[in-house]
Amino acid sequence: MKRTTTLRYVAAAAAISMLATACSGGSDNETTNADGDTVITWWHNSNTDPGKGYYEDVVQQFEADNPGVEIRIEAMQHEDMGTKLEAAFQSGDLPDIYMERGGGELADHVSAGLTKDLSEATADTISKLGGSVAGWQVDGKTYGLPFSMGVVGFWYNKSLFAEAGIDTAPTTMDELYTAVDKLKAADIEPISVGAGDKWPAAHYWYYLALRHCSQEVLQSSVTTLDFQDQCFVDAGTSLEQLVAAEPFNAGFLSTPAQSGPTSASGLLATGKVAMELAGHWEPGVMQGLTEDNTGLGEDTGWFAFPAVTGGAGDSAAQLGGGDAWSVSHDAPDVAVEFVEYLLSDEVQQGFAELGMGLPTNPAASSFVEDPALADLLAVRDAAPFVQLYFDTAFGTSVGGAMNDEIALVFAGQSSAQGIVDATQSAADAEK
Amino acid sequence: MADTTDALLRDAGSSATNGSVTSSAAAHRAAADGPEPQRRTSRPDRRQAIEAAIFIAPALLLFGFFVVWPMVKAVQFSLYRWKGFGPLVDFVGLRNYISVLTNEVFQDALVHNLIIIVASIAIQLPLGLMIALLLNRRMWGRGILRTIVFVPYVLAEVIVGVVWFQLLQPNYGAIDVMLDAIGLQGPEQGFLGTPQYALATVMVVLTWKYLGFAVILFLAGLQGVPEELNEAAQIDGASWWQTQRKITIPLLGPTLRTWAFLSMVGSLQLFDMVWILTKGGPANSTTTMVTFLITEGTRRSNFGIASAASVVLFIIALALALTYQRIVLRRDNPDFDTPRKKVTR
Repeated sequence: MKRTTTLRYVAAAAAISMLATACSGGSDNETTNADGDTVITWWHNSNTDPGKGYYEDVVQQFEADNPGVEIRIEAMQHEDMGTKLEAAFQSGDLPDIYMERGGGELADHVSAGLTKDLSEATADTISKLGGSVAGWQVDGKTYGLPFSMGVVGFWYNKSLFAEAGIDTAPTTMDELYTAVDKLKAADIEPISVGAGDKWPAAHYWYYLALRHCSQEVLQSSVTTLDFQDQCFVDAGTSLEQLVAAEPFNAGFLSTPAQSGPTSASGLLATGKVAMELAGHWEPGVMQGLTEDNTGLGEDTGWFAFPAVTGGAGDSAAQLGGGDAWSVSHDAPDVAVEFVEYLLSDEVQQGFAELGMGLPTNPAASSFVEDPALADLLAVRDAAPFVQLYFDTAFGTSVGGAMNDEIALVFAGQSSAQGIVDATQSAADAEK
Repeated sequence: MADTTDALLRDAGSSATNGSVTSSAAAHRAAADGPEPQRRTSRPDRRQAIEAAIFIAPALLLFGFFVVWPMVKAVQFSLYRWKGFGPLVDFVGLRNYISVLTNEVFQDALVHNLIIIVASIAIQLPLGLMIALLLNRRMWGRGILRTIVFVPYVLAEVIVGVVWFQLLQPNYGAIDVMLDAIGLQGPEQGFLGTPQYALATVMVVLTWKYLGFAVILFLAGLQGVPEELNEAAQIDGASWWQTQRKITIPLLGPTLRTWAFLSMVGSLQLFDMVWILTKGGPANSTTTMVTFLITEGTRRSNFGIASAASVVLFIIALALALTYQRIVLRRDNPDFDTPRKKVTR
């Protein structure tokens, strides 16, 4: 009798201790391994070859050049990485090197003391990357080094454009409207937009704001969170005009951005629509959505967002974004050295050759082989500045409210002023 | 047999019999109160209590860690402005609650939840009952028909959502193609893309998915209706309809009330299906309280507001559940159900 009671206590104690370890477990950020080497953890999202293998080779090379350093890679699927990173930020237990998208999100991480200031240690690399770094700077200090950066523009189907009798890609909004009319006349749906996911719809307003507002107004609104300039309302008015022209695919309000053959990217990839406003990722997404993995293949074309008549913005300015390597606040210095190595001419050239992204190191630009991406890269490098996606720049809270209201304009249930008001009130809640 | 006639009396009878039943329950309680204190102090009982405590301790601990603790934390988060990381420093009192309750999107979401609660019961109750009564008759292929009705409920919600999402695509979806074939045309923006139709469309999918659950529960309840009563009614010359209306359905009361309760709780927490079909859109026409709090929390990192919304949802669900228990399910309470048995023991 006594023994069974004891056993019960033992069982109960075991259950409790299991719980306790379950709660405290999972801490793997030891700084040295059994051999006394410095251990660095690195999370990235190139979890398929050739990217995965390439990064393994890069690590081996770095370890060979720097004895006493061990780099542990965790290659994850992109969404998984996002979820894991979010949990890591909440617990404060970050990998040494991770991906940052910049903007308001980064500013929050910086103010919570999670991210390392790279300004001095990597000054040379920062000056080599030039303007691309702007999205990862907070109060003049740099907290991330972008390794891939693209701009948003119209991807189009060359043969459908030819079928509708459009000879040159539109360069102004008026030309875009003419193209839309020609496509409709040829019984082709002109534009697909994944308004179900909201951000693809929001990109239209971002671009129209970029065309209507001067760089000074935009930059000051990012820092002061003030949206009272008339140009923001003008952007909304232009957007209302575009929606009223009904250029979008049937059911665009519930169309997802990239998932499945009836998504906005799927419709373009399968020749159901003539064009779509999307980022540099689009060819890759379209390839995944077609059975022969070629996407639009030879028919893939790209043109920049058209100019707006009377806008104060530079029509060569582009909207874009990218990914940067950041280093967690408590990471060893050698992690910073590794990030610099990742942005070296050599590593970025290999990165470009394999089509893993659009390199930010100018020395690697010429290694991009895809002709449509090369067009895009030329536009990016010629841009006076690349505005970070507004939702990233302003942070998820303001960005989310902004995107929701823009999507309501697409549904005909809000107005130009509505976008400004919703954005402003979300921004005021942040102050 | 005595028990079933008893039950028949109580359930089939109008509220007039309620008074007497309540008083007998009260009598039971008075009778039971006497000997109880004595029993509690007796030794074997105390040992049993300790044993029970040891056995439920692990479960209780898990419950504490994974249910109670998160709930306490949610209440705490709801009083702060918090981005999801860093310390809780920005105390805002009840401001998050005010912002949730005055938010039009949340108010709409609450209305959508209420519409779904009412519509689920109003559609699935008569439909489910009809199918259950039909499938309760001896007929050819009954087993197959029962399986067919139940299959949608067994399918994972995500799979059902994705399949219906594809069926409902404008132009290329199977439903639009079929409509086209008979000369009709679906809405231009699709059933899910038109704000006026989206909620009704979601409702149709939910009905398709959950009707099987209602039918299977009702069928189970029907097995508890003794055949003798039907025979007796038939001898008295009652038609099939009369038998169903006067005997079967009243006897099915407890099952119907329990099902309605489960349906209500499910509707309040509705998320997966809406998220897959519409993500709450178009133009917020299908948001539910849970999609609202997911959007605020994981998408916008307003964890304070999301926590406040979750607390509001919890309070609404708790209030509805308790009210329902008090008013409707009270009749099915075992305390209430078998007073006579216990008294005689």
